[in-house]
Amino acid sequence: MSGRLGRVVVALVAPLLAIAFAVVVTSIILAFTGHPPFEVFSTMIEYGTRPRTVTLTVNSAITYYLSALAVAIGFKMNLFNIGVDGQYRLAAMLAAAVGGAVSLPAPLHVALIVLVAMAVGAFWAGIAGLLRTSRGVSEVISTIMLNFIATGIVAYLLAPDRLAEPIAGSNNIGTAPIPESGRIPGLSLIPGSSNEVYGFIILAAFVGAAYWFTLSRTRFGFDLRATGANQAAAVASGVNVKKMVVTTMLLSGAVAGLVGMPQLLGASYTYSLDFPAGLGFTGIAIALLGRNSPIGIAFAALLWGFLENSAQILDLEGIPKEIVQIMQGVIVLSVVIAYELVRRWQVRRVASNVGKQLGTADESSPATTGASA
Amino acid sequence: MSATATATPASPAPVRRKRLLPRLLLGVSAMILLFSVVRTVSGADQLTSVGTISAALGLAVPIGMAALGGLWAERSGVVNIGLEGMMILGTWGAGWAGYQWGPWAGVGMAIAMGAFGGALHAIATVWFGVDHIVSGVAINVLGLGLATYLAAATFVGVPGGGATQSPPIPTMGTVTIPGLSDAMDTLAGKEIFFVSDFAGLIGGLITNVSYITIIAVLLLVATWWLLWKSSFGLRLRSCGEAPYAAESLGVNVYKYKSIAVVASGALAGFGGSYLAIVAAQQYREGQTAGRGYIGLAAMIFGNWRPGGLASGAGLFGYADALQLRNAEAVHALLLVGAIALAAIAILSLRRGSVVSAVVLGGLGAGMLVWYLLTDTVPPQFAFMTPYVTTLLVLSLASQRLRMPAADGQPYRRGAGR
Repeated sequence: MSGRLGRVVVALVAPLLAIAFAVVVTSIILAFTGHPPFEVFSTMIEYGTRPRTVTLTVNSAITYYLSALAVAIGFKMNLFNIGVDGQYRLAAMLAAAVGGAVSLPAPLHVALIVLVAMAVGAFWAGIAGLLRTSRGVSEVISTIMLNFIATGIVAYLLAPDRLAEPIAGSNNIGTAPIPESGRIPGLSLIPGSSNEVYGFIILAAFVGAAYWFTLSRTRFGFDLRATGANQAAAVASGVNVKKMVVTTMLLSGAVAGLVGMPQLLGASYTYSLDFPAGLGFTGIAIALLGRNSPIGIAFAALLWGFLENSAQILDLEGIPKEIVQIMQGVIVLSVVIAYELVRRWQVRRVASNVGKQLGTADESSPATTGASA
Repeated sequence: MSATATATPASPAPVRRKRLLPRLLLGVSAMILLFSVVRTVSGADQLTSVGTISAALGLAVPIGMAALGGLWAERSGVVNIGLEGMMILGTWGAGWAGYQWGPWAGVGMAIAMGAFGGALHAIATVWFGVDHIVSGVAINVLGLGLATYLAAATFVGVPGGGATQSPPIPTMGTVTIPGLSDAMDTLAGKEIFFVSDFAGLIGGLITNVSYITIIAVLLLVATWWLLWKSSFGLRLRSCGEAPYAAESLGVNVYKYKSIAVVASGALAGFGGSYLAIVAAQQYREGQTAGRGYIGLAAMIFGNWRPGGLASGAGLFGYADALQLRNAEAVHALLLVGAIALAAIAILSLRRGSVVSAVVLGGLGAGMLVWYLLTDTVPPQFAFMTPYVTTLLVLSLASQRLRMPAADGQPYRRGAGR
């Protein structure tokens, strides 16, 4: 295989294998618990392709897309931002509070909310970046800790005498509702559906494009990828790694701040107790499946959204819809294994090609050297 | 501390052991003294009551077992952030087997489910060379999904069960040392300086102790012996320090890493069984509440050592117990923190690290001011204590912490140079 086509095939084989494997595993579990697998999947596909469900799928995917991009920015530099979860929740809560407290003309109001969210997200991620560069604390641990601390801060601030007020007609509490000028109207993109796609989709697509452009077409992006691929080489070529770590974490956190925005500005207009949580971890899974590519992540996000929304029908059929979570877990675990196998196979192929051209075709020794890279 | 244990194995061990016991006693006495002073000043009697210590011991068990699981994995060089998922699997296993065949069957099933999660992590990281963090994240997703699905599939329709909870698990029973326990309780209630606090500590450790707690303590000691005193442990730890060197000496690194990671999952599952069988007496969705992550934090706090992680788990369990039982006592904890921080600040000043002394002193002063200006601590801040403590320890003492040298690094047989 050679050139572009070969790369595309290789990129597709691993995720497709992983999905197929997940279908098999889920089928076995379904069969074991007394549900006919084929019927379950056909029910899901039938329900999942209705216009209303498609709209919901797209809406979920917008959120997941942003979350996965935030994670992917870190991944590109071998930084694990496990803290996207805490970053977006803190950011959405504070942005919602600011948005509900001020009144501005429409575009400015939206811009203010989004900027506050990005700033808060960047700040919270920046702590982890600074701890790593100044004190050598692994960002994996610090972001996990910061997630819990963010949970505590959100719980503290989201109380009736602080930033929250009761929501009429329920015993829920939330921040003051964002007025009309701070909302983003939906778009009727899906024909035959009465509900609308979040208007935030445009901004999400823009962030995806900016991600692609920055990483593959700018010097900063080159430095970032170089640092991720080989830190020693990057330092030798004049990259300031400490500065890169902090900048990357800030960028990742800023995008993480956007994760709550589609929901906040397009549907709920308030940060309440039942604001979706755990999206940051979903983002990690999707970034892994989409292999940090802006297009791959989009497909992975759509798949996740489809699984989650089409599973809603299962409860009516008496099948626990959590089967989808198993499927997602299996997909992630098997896709990372599949990518690793493909990578080893490529290393071996390149090495044996080199060996052939040099006329010293030694099949065994080059095959093993790849792993230490 | 760790340098003496790992870098110079030739140094005479008896000398160190002689010093260890007095130092330990001195440390415990100093802690009791500190708490007595604070209790007398603040009047928060719950600070060292039998009930609080007993609850703290219980809450420390799941954290400590997750931490011990983390220790096994990381000592063999595999980072395990999938502990949370393995623990969740354990809680389901405990609920499923526990309500049908009794608590001990629940413990067994919890261990098996945890070990299953560990085996998945071992296959992905050790055999397929997947990044440890990536695999751990995937296992957390999978563990949560599997437990939630299995709960909905097995507990719905059973009397007392539902999609998010299992039917009640029969109680396991507890151990109390008769006579001594009552005496300690009476003594602890008399509010005598130092004596009552000491009695509270002892009383808490011997009153209503569950069998799982006793096993947990034994497992801690057994782990220490196995990993540091047996040749099996030496080989296992060598995989975490220098896998290629171990390989060159004939150690089957894959085997040792796999054993360690499966054991790690089993321990996390065992910790989950405590939550389901002893703490709640049923499986409940979301029961672990991030304890797998706290366990990881306790292990790092404890510098990848069994004794250290036990104190970390004890500290986090204690903070948790106070928060659940008594808000007034949490407020008094601020004073404890202020005094402790001041003491550590003085120590680090004597060691010559001025910056951390200033930071610690400033934090201590801030806590003192907080204590003096307020009457209560919001419960959310008490919730954050373990995480903030861990971040503080990591950022102030990261030079003194030493993780296994090859921790988290990929290893492939024959790829060493």
